[in-house]
Amino acid sequence: MFRSPVRRRILLRSTAGLGRALQALMLVLAFSVACHAEDGGVASRGSLEAKLEYCKTCHGLSGQGYRGYFPMPRLAGQQPQYLENQLRAFIERRRTNPIMANVAHVLSPSMVSALAAHFKSLDPKPIGGAPRGSLAVGKRIYEEGIPEANVPACSACHGTDGRGQNEIPRLAGQLYDYTVGQLGGWAKVRGQGSAVDTSAIMAPTAHNLSRSQVEAVAAYVGYLQ
Amino acid sequence: MTVTPFQICGGRKHGARQRGIMKGIGWKLVVLAIAGSIAPALAWDGGDSRVRNCTWCHGTGGQGYTVAPRLAGQRSQYIESQIRSFREHTRDNPFSKQYMWGAVAALAPQDARDLAAYFASIPAKPADDGDRGLAARGRTIYLEGIPEANVASCYACHGPNAEGVRDIPRLGGLAYVYLKTRLEQWGQGYHSGVGTPMPIVARSLGPAEVEALASYLSFVR
Ligand code: HEC
Ligand code: HEC
Ligand code: HEC
Ligand code: HEC
Repeated sequence: MFRSPVRRRILLRSTAGLGRALQALMLVLAFSVACHAEDGGVASRGSLEAKLEYCKTCHGLSGQGYRGYFPMPRLAGQQPQYLENQLRAFIERRRTNPIMANVAHVLSPSMVSALAAHFKSLDPKPIGGAPRGSLAVGKRIYEEGIPEANVPACSACHGTDGRGQNEIPRLAGQLYDYTVGQLGGWAKVRGQGSAVDTSAIMAPTAHNLSRSQVEAVAAYVGYLQ
Repeated sequence: MTVTPFQICGGRKHGARQRGIMKGIGWKLVVLAIAGSIAPALAWDGGDSRVRNCTWCHGTGGQGYTVAPRLAGQRSQYIESQIRSFREHTRDNPFSKQYMWGAVAALAPQDARDLAAYFASIPAKPADDGDRGLAARGRTIYLEGIPEANVASCYACHGPNAEGVRDIPRLGGLAYVYLKTRLEQWGQGYHSGVGTPMPIVARSLGPAEVEALASYLSFVR
């Protein structure tokens, strides 16, 4: 992709354009896997509240994320469209985590939508705890990418503030261990099975990052507010 | 439930009776505590009076005794966090108040750290005292939760073998009655830390689930 230096410069200058183009592709992909089933109307208020309390047992009482035996990602401030995609990915076993697969398979489509919409307005502080040694390296990767390794700037898609949009997740304030785990094992934990989904957009980027680059960028986004 | 030693060794008001008891059954416990200590040698090891102050309720080698839970093999960060909770009176159930508020009132922070590291280093023996017939159900709830009833999987925080991590406690092999009582007390509104998830987890459990979980966990090694 970034073979010639000239093309590389052009591509780097037009990362915003790249982002938009990929976003269009993503929308197509998203629709191809999002087959809504009909269910009996909107989730009732009481059952929604009980369900949210349950989600927050694991994901932190304000959705800020929590370090259990597994890192449980921050959901606060997350894009509803992204959350909905991921809950469906757990239901359809395109994401493999056994704990979330159990949680998600009992959720009706209307409950999935109601839950996904809830977290956007929450804004607790990041829980922190990431190593601070390579924040500057992480910031450079986030804002400029690593052209020689075919790694695009993350900010092109995830936004300069790391808040994402639509299908592109917020990374700001995400748990360090969680981000490291996802980027380090992308091909094994996301996009499983034969259907192509939105996780394909991130696959080459995750693949091209070395372990230490993953750690640097995960630490950087973990401190973004 | 045999609570007799505790009714005597507990509150600070009973200082005289406590010393009396020390001469009786207390001594046996102390001797056993010293003999039974298999932890790596620390300068002050099992012979240290600071350890004896704990094992004389918590049993030989910290393996637990009636209502005082096993400390052997517990996560050191968790032990320290609970010592803080007792000292700050956040952990507020009747036994905590009666026995532990006093026991840690004068414990220096460095001693708390040393004791936590010491007990964490002793291999834990499982209590094996639950109902075997309920263990399979307990294991399923432990691993999967009950998603349709909003019961969270314990595995997600306490680990695949109930071994705990950082300040999340090991549950495997704790005594049935202790586990059951703890889970019931969160449901009744008692606390053990600030902002921990356990009150919500415990409120989602009915009596049958509590018995199944406590049974299963008592056998985990
Ligand atoms: C028993 C603990 C537990 C409960 C309860 C739980 N989750 Fe999760 N959740 C996890 C874990 C662990 C992960 C990380 C999964 C992975 O590594 O792929 C996760 C991941 C997620 C993700 C992916 C986030 C991302 O950034 O990609 C979403 C979305 C999610 N959970 C939503 C929910 C919702 C909604 C609920 C309530 C219905 C809920 N969870 C309840 C443990 C839990
Ligand atoms: C072309 C657009 C694009 C670029 C560039 C991009 N991402 Fe992504 N990223 C996405 C999309 C889309 C997803 C959602 C994937 C899915 O649905 O599974 C995603 C998901 C992620 C996730 C998972 C978040 C979670 O909560 O589980 C992480 C972490 C991530 N990206 C990090 C990065 C980093 C670091 C970079 C830069 C090195 C980067 N991304 C560059 C589009 C992009
Ligand atoms: C007078 C008897 C007594 C003495 C002495 C005592 N304990 Fe305890 N301890 C108890 C009882 C009873 C409990 C259970 C409290 C409850 O049910 O909440 C307990 C609970 C604990 C817990 C919580 C364990 C858990 O799994 O949550 C810790 C940690 C602890 N004690 C540490 C110590 C240490 C360290 C010492 C020595 C400085 C000590 N105890 C001395 C009776 C005692
Ligand atoms: C989101 C994380 C999380 C989940 C899920 C969770 N726990 Fe806990 N648990 C904790 C933490 C943190 C503590 C210690 C703090 C406290 O005492 O509140 C704890 C403490 C405990 C204790 C006290 C142990 C002792 O030594 O006194 C018991 C018992 C317990 N949990 C049982 C369970 C059971 C059973 C489940 C599943 C139904 C479960 N937990 C699910 C985080 C969790």
